[in-house]
Amino acid sequence: MTNSLVTVAYIAASALFILSLAGLSNQETARKGNIYGILGMVIALGATALSAEVTSYSTLAAVVIPGGIIGAIVASRVAMTSMPELVAILHSFVGLAAVLVGIANYLQPESGLSGGEEVIHHIEIYLGVFIGAVTFTGSIIAFAKLRAIMGSKPLMLPARHFLNIGMLVGSVILGAQFMGAEGTTGLQPLLIMTAIASLLGIHLVAAIGGADMPVVISMLNSYSGWAAAAAGFMLGNDLLIITGALVGSSGAILSYIMCKAMNRGFFSVILGGFGAAPKGGSKSADGPVGEATSTTVENTVEMLKNAKNVIIAPGYGMAVAQAQHPVAQITKILRERGTNVRFGIHPVAGRLPGHMNVLLAEANVPYDIVLEMDEINDDFGETDLVLVIGANDTVNPSALSDPESPIAGMPVLEVWNAENVVVMKRGMSSGYAGVDNPLFYNDNTEMLFGDARQNVDAILGQLAAEKSKTAVAA
Amino acid sequence: MTVADKTLANADSPKSQTGLKIGIPKEVFPGERRVAATPDTAKTLQKMGFEVLVESKAGAEATFSDQVYEQAGCQVVSDAAQLWEAADIILKVRAPQMHPTLNCHESELLHEAKTLISFIWPAQNEDLLKQLAERKANVLAMDAIPRISRAQKMDALSSMANIAGYRAVVESANNFGRFFTGQITAAGKVPPAKVLVIGAGVAGLAAIGAARGLGAVVRAFDTRPVVKEQVQSMGAEFLELEFEEDGTGAGGYAKTMSPEFIAAEMALFAEQAQEVDIIITTALIPGKKAPLLITKDMVESMKEGSVVVDMAAEQGGNCEVTRPNEVYQHHGVTIVGLTDLPSRMANQSSQLYGNNLCHLLKDMGGAEDYKIDFEDEVVRGATVLQEGKITWPPPQVSQPSPPKPTAEAKKPVMPAEPEVKEKSVIGQWLPLIAVGAALFGIGLTAPPSFLTHFTVFVLACFVGWQVIWNVAPALHTPLMSVTNAISGIIILGGMLQISGPLGSPTTILGAIAILVGTINIAGGFLVTQRMLQMFRK
Repeated sequence: MTNSLVTVAYIAASALFILSLAGLSNQETARKGNIYGILGMVIALGATALSAEVTSYSTLAAVVIPGGIIGAIVASRVAMTSMPELVAILHSFVGLAAVLVGIANYLQPESGLSGGEEVIHHIEIYLGVFIGAVTFTGSIIAFAKLRAIMGSKPLMLPARHFLNIGMLVGSVILGAQFMGAEGTTGLQPLLIMTAIASLLGIHLVAAIGGADMPVVISMLNSYSGWAAAAAGFMLGNDLLIITGALVGSSGAILSYIMCKAMNRGFFSVILGGFGAAPKGGSKSADGPVGEATSTTVENTVEMLKNAKNVIIAPGYGMAVAQAQHPVAQITKILRERGTNVRFGIHPVAGRLPGHMNVLLAEANVPYDIVLEMDEINDDFGETDLVLVIGANDTVNPSALSDPESPIAGMPVLEVWNAENVVVMKRGMSSGYAGVDNPLFYNDNTEMLFGDARQNVDAILGQLAAEKSKTAVAA
Repeated sequence: MTVADKTLANADSPKSQTGLKIGIPKEVFPGERRVAATPDTAKTLQKMGFEVLVESKAGAEATFSDQVYEQAGCQVVSDAAQLWEAADIILKVRAPQMHPTLNCHESELLHEAKTLISFIWPAQNEDLLKQLAERKANVLAMDAIPRISRAQKMDALSSMANIAGYRAVVESANNFGRFFTGQITAAGKVPPAKVLVIGAGVAGLAAIGAARGLGAVVRAFDTRPVVKEQVQSMGAEFLELEFEEDGTGAGGYAKTMSPEFIAAEMALFAEQAQEVDIIITTALIPGKKAPLLITKDMVESMKEGSVVVDMAAEQGGNCEVTRPNEVYQHHGVTIVGLTDLPSRMANQSSQLYGNNLCHLLKDMGGAEDYKIDFEDEVVRGATVLQEGKITWPPPQVSQPSPPKPTAEAKKPVMPAEPEVKEKSVIGQWLPLIAVGAALFGIGLTAPPSFLTHFTVFVLACFVGWQVIWNVAPALHTPLMSVTNAISGIIILGGMLQISGPLGSPTTILGAIAILVGTINIAGGFLVTQRMLQMFRK
């Protein structure tokens, strides 16, 4: 294949990738979008494989086939609750590939570049390897935290900001050495920098707490894109640059959306440590007073049966308890009874942007009743009953009413406007942000304590028994 | 627990070990159908550890037979005097009065150190209060429970008013010869009935809801502007005077208005009377005769067949021609002056009143920690007699009267906006200047080959930015997995490097890169496909 043909193929692939992302704008076109992506990938890989520069097909086949098989197996096996882990580990692969490609590129003997071009080329390699290494180890730590191999508490080393800055400065100094090196003698500083960047990645992500994971994963998503773009620069390959830029900006936007949803600055999340240090510390003194009313499964069933409008606000607790399937069943029964059941999803519910939607979709909840916070927040006033399952900070009224609160200004689901609220929760402990939740003490709030899964199963059992009874009667 | 279990447990179930007995006598007021405990609330009382005694036929008028009480684990006592004697706590609906069959006043049945909980109306019934005081007993008046948000679940006035409001609409419909809802039928068009509700308290709001539910066009008036939102939320039109005066009084009630205001108000009612088909009045001012709102002239100006339901009939009536306890026609307009509206729905009102009592007893500690605790604001307010000592009226605790207790929480106080600092002109332009300088620097030093790539890069960033913002938030997880897959494109770099000599570091590194990248591509696309297939309507 001639160079021109390869270039044309790359243009087609770039266009298909853009169409692929555009297709995700709604559920109807999303599947087609994914097909576009696959098509683009096949064209790009095929054209590259057929180009003059690739000759050793046996090696290629020897790595592509097992890689494809492993990928397919992982993709078909993974549980939807483990999506965050999968995404994290896939990010690490991109990071690793970027490091390897960068080093390999440096070792490639005849670059044929000189002067300014060579300097730029070296900068590109160095940057690509740096970003790749941070992405690689950072994603592995994120994976370990999500898998609960590592505790989700933020690691708070003393002087951690100085450590980060020190590592950055060290990398820059090594970079200067690398640039000055003749031939391939720069390999040593490059490898040392790779090690330092790896440490930096570990340290950065280890310092971030569990509930900030949506931001971290989005951020790593973004990094993996920039790493690909850097590789594109060093190889002079526009397709890589375009793809990298698309992925990079996608991740950046997601991080931005997640930060906005938590009302936190991007840097404060990245620098980590949220939730560990009590902010202000005075909150305990004037915390909400009053007692929470607890309720029973029977009462909840009764309320569900009597309500016309129900909104379910799930949080990460629902995913932890694996309660999405019985919740979906309850939804089905209630909808058959003519109840208007909808879901209200906070952007940071779950450990991955949009994670809750995937979990509910997996449990066969129709996506048109799963609404975003902004879509549903005005409807709480006309709602008879809100079921909060395993959510806390995302339904905390003090975010809006108490300017002193650590989560002040964070957009939340305004569930308290509904006629009645039932909160399913293990106990009265505060959420991730460590803030007491005045919602629990409201007069129209009742608490259903206990394991979410057991409670939801019990509710489902009673509703289903009821249903079969009426079926027999009819 | 099933009903069967309960029957077995019966009166001497282990839970009733504390020995505190609750007695439910039959109401003796003529025409009173309610009862202070239903089988359901009796079960709740037993759960709290009380033993429940019920006078024979106590619930008969509210369609609860003795048998059902027995099934609920209550002990049925045939003799009223015996019941009053045996019980430690007596729950009643109406205030004590002459017992028709025992030939004595009910208060004489109340023994020393026992407790009576019922409606008392101490302000209106001073003699009764003194009479009860002689018995050296404790008396809690359900009508004296303070109207604070915590006590809402015990507020029997509200729960009864709610039922009365509903029933008022039912009574009006019963006396109204037309549909409430507008219809277009083959036989012709029917206009909807127009209902005016005066006074938007609990009863008024319930009436609005019931009338709306039947399909009528509802208008409502209240002197307190704060209820406007509640009226509108129930689907009624809120009538307003062009007059600035707030009628909000203490304890959620209205206060007496100025003469000018009343004149304007009356003009409004006169105008409305000619238009509407049904008027329901609920205006009460605590401790005073009900205000006169609908004059004889207004009634006579109404269309024939119209209905006026005067819910204030017992307190003198809002309508000039109301006759308490009577339904009659005045110039073709039916005037409903019934005073026993809650009692006409005895089953429902007994259930809710019983619930109010259960909540109160729970607040007082249930059977285990039962005590009359004066530290508890609700109990203090309700207690009118403590061991024969008159403790009414309670010391004033100033209570603001929020229209709805949760209203405060509903109005989010926006946290102080992060101060938008007036950025100086330089501050605003600094980023742009920096970007410009950086571009200039790149233009000066970078070789042309780099610049073409750089162009592509910047444009791709912009395209990505535009496209990603359109992605539905629900699809953010598939977005991540698909971007994951396409960022596996990095294996192109590896592919270009494996064609050197086999075993050279470049080839090996490139091959590993391809391997992990392929996992990424295959895994990312397949898992995206899997996820997207789950999204179903």
